[in-house]
Amino acid sequence: MAWFKREKKGIITSTEDKKEAPDGIWNKCPNCKKPLHYAEQVENKYVCHYCGYHLRIGSKEYFSILFDNNQFTELFNNLRSGDPLQFEDTKKYTDRLKESYAKTGLNDAIRSAHGKIGDQELVIACMDFNFIGGSMGSVVGEKIARSITYCIDNKIPFLMISKSGGARMMEAAFSLMQMAKTSAMLALLSRAKIPYISLLTDPTTGGVTASYAMLGDITISEPGALIGFAGPRVIKETIKKDLPKGFQTAEFVLEHGFLDFIVDRREMKTKLASFLTMMKN
Amino acid sequence: MEISFDFEKPVADLMHQIEKVKQVEDKTKVDMTATVAELETKLQQAKLQVYSNLSGWQKVQISRHPNRPYTLQYIEMMCDDFIELHGDRTVKDDKAIVGGFASINGETVMLIGHQKGTNTKLRQYRNFGMANPEGYRKALRLMKLAEKFNKPVITFIDTPGAYPGLEAEERGQGEAIARNLLEMSVLQVPVLCFVVGEGASGGALGIGVGDRVYMLENTWYSVISPESCSSILWRSWDFKERAADKLKLTSEDMFKNKLIDGIIPEPLGGAHHDPQKMADTIKARITEDLAILRKKEINNLVDERIAKFRGMGVVNEI
Repeated sequence: MAWFKREKKGIITSTEDKKEAPDGIWNKCPNCKKPLHYAEQVENKYVCHYCGYHLRIGSKEYFSILFDNNQFTELFNNLRSGDPLQFEDTKKYTDRLKESYAKTGLNDAIRSAHGKIGDQELVIACMDFNFIGGSMGSVVGEKIARSITYCIDNKIPFLMISKSGGARMMEAAFSLMQMAKTSAMLALLSRAKIPYISLLTDPTTGGVTASYAMLGDITISEPGALIGFAGPRVIKETIKKDLPKGFQTAEFVLEHGFLDFIVDRREMKTKLASFLTMMKN
Repeated sequence: MEISFDFEKPVADLMHQIEKVKQVEDKTKVDMTATVAELETKLQQAKLQVYSNLSGWQKVQISRHPNRPYTLQYIEMMCDDFIELHGDRTVKDDKAIVGGFASINGETVMLIGHQKGTNTKLRQYRNFGMANPEGYRKALRLMKLAEKFNKPVITFIDTPGAYPGLEAEERGQGEAIARNLLEMSVLQVPVLCFVVGEGASGGALGIGVGDRVYMLENTWYSVISPESCSSILWRSWDFKERAADKLKLTSEDMFKNKLIDGIIPEPLGGAHHDPQKMADTIKARITEDLAILRKKEINNLVDERIAKFRGMGVVNEI
């Protein structure tokens, strides 16, 4: 027996009077499952204020968190992917690209911008995981290469925010060679003695880890980020054992000596700004 | 009996026939020379037919043929002298990458390469040519040593990939490969790289940044093996032939896409059909290239090397 009895059956509110809650106003923290309000998320730099979980965000959010007053000049935004191999799996690569352009409003899995943080010049290249899993193809490599040249020409430090599943399979060996290309360009940046900060965010794996992500003058990460060369599933299949708890997390990588420090997103801007000041003085 | 693949059946059959005819000849003492000669001609035709139209997947299979020569065998066939050097000076000696000073026609070079085993026990000992971080760090240590004494670096690539293991992650597989890419791109001596078997992804590129990068005719080089590509894109290994085709991983495709500098022809049927001839071909190319690269001003050489990799990739400006 129910406690309440519905007196009138069905929905009786007319369509005109229907109230809509816009999508995305409320979100659930993927870690602690508590509801997060959009305004709270923005205020907390997209970190869950209950459990400290760092939500996955894109270049738009990182730029707004880091650049002073969210002001910046976007660089090389006119680059889009070619299809050198006419690749086709379950879908044509060109169709996959078109869908991704429409879905994300981005031109590829990376954006680069010049602005100021704490009143100091900085170029940030930031990957977008929404765009084909943040995969690295020719455009990602080319934008990083051009950003590095821009930094050398203008003597501006470079921050790379990685968030990627690795190389983009649809560009096969072209993607592979972006690893060599970006690493070679970083050698030039290093020769010019311009600081390079590599920030690893959830997730950073594969060819990205095995190239520019691991080559920072300082290499840092957000808490809890998955960082590794091979994916956990592949490793598990290879060694045929369960992986230890916390394997391939930022904390694990720090403990093994491959990160300089882990930084909470809410303190990131202050910490980066003070590093840049130290480099200058 | 030679290990042969399905597509080699016409060749294998004829070889078998010749063998039989010869046995009959031995037993009966009847002269079969004419028959043998006829079959030999047929065999030659069959070989040409089979080996001149190989698909991507067939080349992948040849590149993995267990009788193909590996780095140490090439060194034995090519070099007047070789002093193997071990260890990364941090953790251990990786058996999947070998290296040391070698003498080629009297000239000292640093020769580094992946090493696979030749029987089950050795294959395990060499970890199937899958290096751990210490392998890449040993390679880098040796390259730096070569740079110090102004000796050119030559690398032989043949790996199914960098080892995806627990310890490999703990010791920074990604960092080890990344460091090599950066350091090799500015190494102050000529660097020649040869893909002699499998060129799988970062594990191959980790010793593959050079002034000249060559692939032997029947080898492959890509971002992922056809099997793994198939399992990711089609969620099954059954599409490996299609993946091999789509990835454009053969030496011709890689050369056409300007991702390598040249193709080294193999003896008909593959390097394992005539290892010495293969070694001689590679040796000739090394001698020829070093003569050219040695004449270049080292800073120009490094700038050209960086510019070459800088130029790789296809983008559209909109």
